[in-house]
Amino acid sequence: MHPAPSIIVFTTLSGIGFGLLIFLGLGLPALTGWLAFIAFGTAFSAAVAGLVASTFHLGHPERALLAFTQWRSSWLSREAWLACGALITMGLYGAGAVLFGVRIVPLGWVGAAFCLATIGATSMMYGQLKTVPRWRHWTTPLLFFAYGLGGGALLAGQIAAAIVLIALAGVVQVLAWYLGDKALAATGSDTGTATGLWPRGEVRAFESPHTGPNYLTREMVFVIGRKRSTQLRVISLILAILFPIAVLVIVPGHVFAALAIISHVLGVLTARWLFFAEAEHVVGLFYGAL
Amino acid sequence: MTQLPPPSEVKLGLVIDLDTCVGCHACVVACKGWNTENYGAPLGDEDPYGAEPVGSFLNRVHSYEVQPEEGPAQLVHFPKSCLHCEDAPCVTVCPTGASYKRAEDGIVLVNEDACIGCGLCAWACPYGAREMDPVEKVMKKCTLCVDRIYNENLEPEDREPACVRTCPAGARHFGDLGDPTSDVSELVAARRGFDLMPEQGTKPVNKYLPPRKKDVEIDVLAPMLEPIAIDAHGFLGWIDRTLGKLPGGGA
Amino acid sequence: MTKHEQPKVDTSPKVSDEVRQTTCYMCACRCGINVHMKGGEVAYIEGNRDHPVNRGVLCAKGSAGIMQHLSPARLKAPLKRVGPRGSGQFAEISWDEALELAKSWMEPLRETAPEKLAFFTGRDQSQSFTSWWAQAFGTPNYAAHGGFCSVNMAAAGIYTMGGAFWEFGQPDWENTKLFMIFGVAEDHDSNPIKIGLGRLKERGAKVIGVNPIRSGYNAIADEWIGITPGTDGLFILSLVHCLMKAGKIDLDYLAKFTNAACLVNDDASSESYGLILRDEAGKEMVMDRETHHRVPFDQKGVNPDLTGRWRHAGITYRTVMSLMADRYMSNDYAPEVVGPVIGMDANRIRRVAAELAEVAFDQAIEIAQPWTDFRGEKHDKMIGRPVAFHAMRGISAHSNGFQTCRALHLLQIILGSVEVPGGFRFKPPYPKPYTAHPKPHAKGKPGQPLAGPHLGFVHGPDDLAIDDDGTPLRIDKAFSWDHPMSSHGLMHMVISNAHAGDPYKIDTLFLYMANMAWNSSMNTSGVMRMLTEMDEDGNYVIPHLIVADAYSSETVAFADLVLPDTTYLERHDCISLLDRPISEAEAAADAIRWPVVDPDRDVRGFQSVLLDLGHRLGLPGFVAEDGAPKFKDYADYMVNHERREGIGPLAGWRGKNGKAGGRGKPNGNQIERYKEAGGFWMSHIPDEALYYKPWNKAYQDWAVKIGLFDAPQPYLFSLWSEPMRRFQLAAEGQGKRQPPAHLKDRVHKAMDPLPIWSAPFGDTDMDEYPLHALTQRPMAMYHSWGSQNAWLRQIHGVNPMYVPTAVWQENGFEEGDWARVTSPHGEIVVPVAHMAALNAQTIWTWNAIGKRKGAWALEDDAPEAKKGFLLNHLIHELLPPKGDGMRWANSDPVTGQAAWFDLRVRLEKTEAPDEVKPNFNAQGSPVGTGPEELARESDARSFLRAQVQATISEKLAKFKPRGPA
Ligand SMILES: Nc1nc2c(c(=O)[nH]1)N[C@H]1C(S)=C(S)[C@@H](COP(=O)(O)OP(=O)(O)OC[C@H]3O[C@@H](n4cnc5c(=O)[nH]c(N)nc54)[C@H](O)[C@@H]3O)O[C@H]1N2
Ligand SMILES: Nc1nc2c(c(=O)[nH]1)N[C@H]1C(S)=C(S)[C@@H](COP(=O)(O)OP(=O)(O)OC[C@H]3O[C@@H](n4cnc5c(=O)[nH]c(N)nc54)[C@H](O)[C@@H]3O)O[C@H]1N2
Ligand code: SF4
Ligand code: SF4
Ligand code: SF4
Ligand code: SF4
Ligand code: SF4
Ligand SMILES: [Mo]
Repeated sequence: MHPAPSIIVFTTLSGIGFGLLIFLGLGLPALTGWLAFIAFGTAFSAAVAGLVASTFHLGHPERALLAFTQWRSSWLSREAWLACGALITMGLYGAGAVLFGVRIVPLGWVGAAFCLATIGATSMMYGQLKTVPRWRHWTTPLLFFAYGLGGGALLAGQIAAAIVLIALAGVVQVLAWYLGDKALAATGSDTGTATGLWPRGEVRAFESPHTGPNYLTREMVFVIGRKRSTQLRVISLILAILFPIAVLVIVPGHVFAALAIISHVLGVLTARWLFFAEAEHVVGLFYGAL
Repeated sequence: MTQLPPPSEVKLGLVIDLDTCVGCHACVVACKGWNTENYGAPLGDEDPYGAEPVGSFLNRVHSYEVQPEEGPAQLVHFPKSCLHCEDAPCVTVCPTGASYKRAEDGIVLVNEDACIGCGLCAWACPYGAREMDPVEKVMKKCTLCVDRIYNENLEPEDREPACVRTCPAGARHFGDLGDPTSDVSELVAARRGFDLMPEQGTKPVNKYLPPRKKDVEIDVLAPMLEPIAIDAHGFLGWIDRTLGKLPGGGA
Repeated sequence: MTKHEQPKVDTSPKVSDEVRQTTCYMCACRCGINVHMKGGEVAYIEGNRDHPVNRGVLCAKGSAGIMQHLSPARLKAPLKRVGPRGSGQFAEISWDEALELAKSWMEPLRETAPEKLAFFTGRDQSQSFTSWWAQAFGTPNYAAHGGFCSVNMAAAGIYTMGGAFWEFGQPDWENTKLFMIFGVAEDHDSNPIKIGLGRLKERGAKVIGVNPIRSGYNAIADEWIGITPGTDGLFILSLVHCLMKAGKIDLDYLAKFTNAACLVNDDASSESYGLILRDEAGKEMVMDRETHHRVPFDQKGVNPDLTGRWRHAGITYRTVMSLMADRYMSNDYAPEVVGPVIGMDANRIRRVAAELAEVAFDQAIEIAQPWTDFRGEKHDKMIGRPVAFHAMRGISAHSNGFQTCRALHLLQIILGSVEVPGGFRFKPPYPKPYTAHPKPHAKGKPGQPLAGPHLGFVHGPDDLAIDDDGTPLRIDKAFSWDHPMSSHGLMHMVISNAHAGDPYKIDTLFLYMANMAWNSSMNTSGVMRMLTEMDEDGNYVIPHLIVADAYSSETVAFADLVLPDTTYLERHDCISLLDRPISEAEAAADAIRWPVVDPDRDVRGFQSVLLDLGHRLGLPGFVAEDGAPKFKDYADYMVNHERREGIGPLAGWRGKNGKAGGRGKPNGNQIERYKEAGGFWMSHIPDEALYYKPWNKAYQDWAVKIGLFDAPQPYLFSLWSEPMRRFQLAAEGQGKRQPPAHLKDRVHKAMDPLPIWSAPFGDTDMDEYPLHALTQRPMAMYHSWGSQNAWLRQIHGVNPMYVPTAVWQENGFEEGDWARVTSPHGEIVVPVAHMAALNAQTIWTWNAIGKRKGAWALEDDAPEAKKGFLLNHLIHELLPPKGDGMRWANSDPVTGQAAWFDLRVRLEKTEAPDEVKPNFNAQGSPVGTGPEELARESDARSFLRAQVQATISEKLAKFKPRGPA
């Protein structure tokens, strides 16, 4: 899949933003006043920036409201509602904490649940797609949860939780790669089955319908070299997982935590880039790209 | 609406004969022409005269090379447009309700005025049947020429999709695949029509007719070439004898 | 669950305000189109269901007509060159200035040396008119593009059987059971062939494709014969060998309808050695089987003896059949001998022969339709041999093409499958034997028109267009000893000969509708140089170049004067029975084009411009008695010009009341009547006359009635070609006109009166250049002119060189690689791609996709210019020098057909460059480049849509989503 910057930014930032909100909602840490302002501000900025980024990807953002209508079947629609629910409840909760120094604890819990559900809905936009075998896998929601929660914990200064969750994200990530690499082959689909021509012999795409690219090849037939992908996997693991954990374990403290956060975010962006770039859409079978 | 209607009785769709398609792209362009001037926004083209022209097309013709275990390689031209799936994943993912499947005939359409251009439906389609218009930024797909097949401003014989009407080789057929007695259903039965990627569980309505067996050696014809003579002289003698036997033959 | 809701769709929108029916010209196939108009604009184009050619279907190009009509590359006004040739720098001028300029160049030539004007036309569909103009001017130098196209096919067909494949004949699609197609990728009859193949598939008839490349029609063929290029003649003659040896030939047909029974002078010392015995009236003689008398072939009751032999006055006469037996029974054509050369297993050749025999004879069909032949013999049924053949440039664009095409006709004829049910059928005005065609005319006098048409069919050396000393009279050397039977001229030699001053220099080259500085020339880089080269005085070697084109092509950049034509939807045209009509085997038909929209630029239909120019030059036939133009414009000419009494460009609705078809007085309402009828006229052939046309009395009478010819002209098929034999005789030293010494051998060999195979000229240095290199026409592109079309160029924007598996592996190619391809003439560097369904010694690419930068209103970085390429750079118009230093044209020695497909090359992997090589600097564009975005819709529709969308945005503004309950 084409790694569109808007979507990568969207999923990464909103993931971390909602992750942070979860911790804030649970009172970890229980902040009020200025500190709450900064914490909620950060979380909201990340989550909202992510959501805004996602609209860059829309052909008609002016009609975005319509995206709320199909919650019965569409994960995107559900995500829209859940994100709103999350932002509203956490907004109220945050307002209480910042303006009145009051934490309405049940509201925080509800908000945290909304945030968690939002991350889940986001992940299901990808996880539901049968057309992308790499994504249609239990590792996909787990990955989003782990990254969201890990990043949230990191930002929330929950060192122990962060270490555990980020490490968990690392494990899920490695698993997702390992299993994902086999996912397409496991479906048994190839150009022969896609075209139904397999009983006649070995099938190879000869000429593309058009000599130039098209929306499909640009959007869904993105091919990344094996070498490049291995390099990026290593880089993202180091940045998102290993370096932050090392920092947290070895040199706790604010300055270094900031470094860990930056590293983590860059690492997640890289991992998210790979999440798309490595995802094989079955339409590629028709184009002989897989 | 994004939820699928209960399966319709009438299932309109196309049957494409891979044994007959010569890969001429006539259907591709007729489709572009009709749909540029009809249903929804025109099918746009970005950079049409430049380095990377990219336009939206609702139907594209691939070609594949098949290498059988024995005999020479074969080439198969392969037109592909929306298959109007019964379990259309492109519909259920749509957040706005722009994508829907018609209850009365199963045609899958995009209501472009409600489309936010998120592209999710195109991701959900295994067949590459949806394309975002590069100019209008709304999702485009085969409409099965819903504005032709019932169009009372057209002669009855013209109430068929533009691609079917134009196909010079007659490789495209249109009809009700929900009716087992329809011409298209019978064709599918007779020629063992098949589904594309059944493993995706989309239950496509459109069917493909497989190429017939090729390069089959017939070796029962040897007696046809039993020599009647081995040289020119003998040949002329044979002619004489043969003509003599024909009615009206002389000496 | 909520109830399923769905938007209302208007399933009956208005399609258009009006439909205007005219003829497509996205290619030369001449399909009928319905042009849907909205608010006075062209909105949508579809096929015309009633039209005999396409019956409603339309190809990709035809459907993309709207984008051609609106192309940004359309020329806007007459142009005068202001920069150097080739630069594309022009100033717009008025029509009056343009035509006066042309006149100022042409008028002095006409008075002194009319041959110094050379007028050549490309995809011209008005040849009977353009040639008439050139005839009136008096120059011998006129031809259309047939010489580089497929004159071998046309000439071999007409000389052999009075009609050819091209678009002049077709298989009996409804009845044939076995169809064999040789060397066709697309053809002129593109839609009819596809419709026909579809019908065969529906009926389950077998299709055999003979082609080194298995794409398109060959991809759907039930059996593919991936023949080695240039060897079809051998394959076909081997089939002939097998069939004759097995006695699987139609003796009755051969005896009655062909010259197989004609008596040939067999005395090597006679002046008429090899000529057919004729009576005083010039009729070919046969021996009657009963009476043993020699009688003219067409005598009532004659029973021609195929094996007859006669000795008279010391001279032995033998039948053509016995000469054929001598040749084709020989072991030279045995499958075992031939197989290795053509790359085919001997058993497979036998099997194909057996299949042909089985279908032709054991599966013969009968139609219960009585008919009477020209001898007066009545037949109570029509017997059909349901094997049909079609062939085109794959066999004809080789230097042995003429004989190969003849060989194929020989095969058809011995099977008795021409003009019979299930076989091959002619379309009116064919059948028409070569003897009924004019002979070429080339001797002009200053200030005078030429005595007759330029092109025609020679019967022997006496008809050649040469001087007393043998010098060619024509600039292209057509009808000279180099190419005696070049019925369509040699357009591909014009620039090169004119540049070399061989046989003489010319002053003005006038090109219409041909992209001669690019894809229609061999040696494209050389041609570009020849057009820009100057003599010592700083004048261009070819002093004046006038180009009549509708678009900003590569050739336009070289013109001194550009006459901008309209698009095909903006002008009158006439698809006439006088040249290339729209007839089908069952009907004679012709058609018009008419301006369904008026041009929005300062352009004019070329034919009208030619009429104007003819008037300005005072050409006979172009000026009325009062000095005014004889014809106001082309429409006027189409209606009022008469070629012969009662015969004009259009056959429909003639006569004062418009009731006459074929013959009749001009009718002022004729064009209106064509428009009402859908743009065409059609006259059905009576049932009794549907087959056996050359010999069918009812057909002959019908043809006379509608004016195809003036008297019945039944004839025999020429298995033995007398015109060819006459050239051979000259080469043997007979007669007044003999070939020059250096051509004697070549003429003798080439002019074999019975079909024969010889290796293509290109097959000389096979070790150095082991691969054949071919082009194919893409179905969705028309030569160079499709690339300006925003829709079509997305389908074919680049053309890789397709390479067979073994070559791919040997070179270690991978996707995205490039190769250097070298021929004896030059080299190109191009992208490669792998194809398995390909003859193992052949590489190929799509034709004419490569473009020069700056042409066609494309941007300079267009893929066509950076990754698209022409094979033409590797093909020279001359063959490499021979021992005596002479260079022959790279053409068939009989007809001058350009031997595009003789090309041999070698190839090796190379670093991928930025762009293909050779590449040229960008030409200036007189029309700029196209827009950056397109969303083509009529104004009427975009207005409607805007309204709808406004209401929607209003609604949307008030919209509140309903949340999960
Ligand atoms: N390598 C290789 N070369 C080949 C061939 C091959 O097989 N291989 N095939 C050869 C053959 S058979 C042919 S016929 C030639 C064809 O080659 P060309 O005859 O050069 O054909 P086009 O490229 O179509 O160019 C025709 C010109 O007509 C112009 N034109 C288009 N429409 C109109 C119109 O309405 N009015 C006017 N006045 N002009 C118009 C176009 O702009 C273009 O400049 O190519 C030959 N070249
Ligand atoms: N779409 C489209 N249609 C066109 C045109 C176009 O440009 N585009 N051009 C028109 C014109 S001008 C012409 S002349 C016609 C030509 O129509 P075609 O005759 O179909 O011309 P080509 O595309 O050159 O195809 C030649 C075929 O011969 C094969 N071939 C080459 N050498 C040999 C050989 O030695 N033996 C055999 N058996 N096959 C061989 C090639 O593989 C190729 O398939 O098409 C006309 N129709
Ligand atoms: S128009 Fe018909 S033959 Fe041509 S590509 Fe389409 S389906 Fe195939
Ligand atoms: S083919 Fe694709 S777009 Fe069409 S209904 Fe099926 S899934 Fe949807
Ligand atoms: S692109 Fe349009 S039709 Fe497709 S899912 Fe998004 S809103 Fe629905
Ligand atoms: S049915 Fe209509 S919209 Fe669909 S591919 Fe054919 S022409 Fe295009
Ligand atoms: S074959 Fe195509 S381009 Fe040629 S005349 Fe017919 S529709 Fe037009
Ligand atoms: Mo041609």
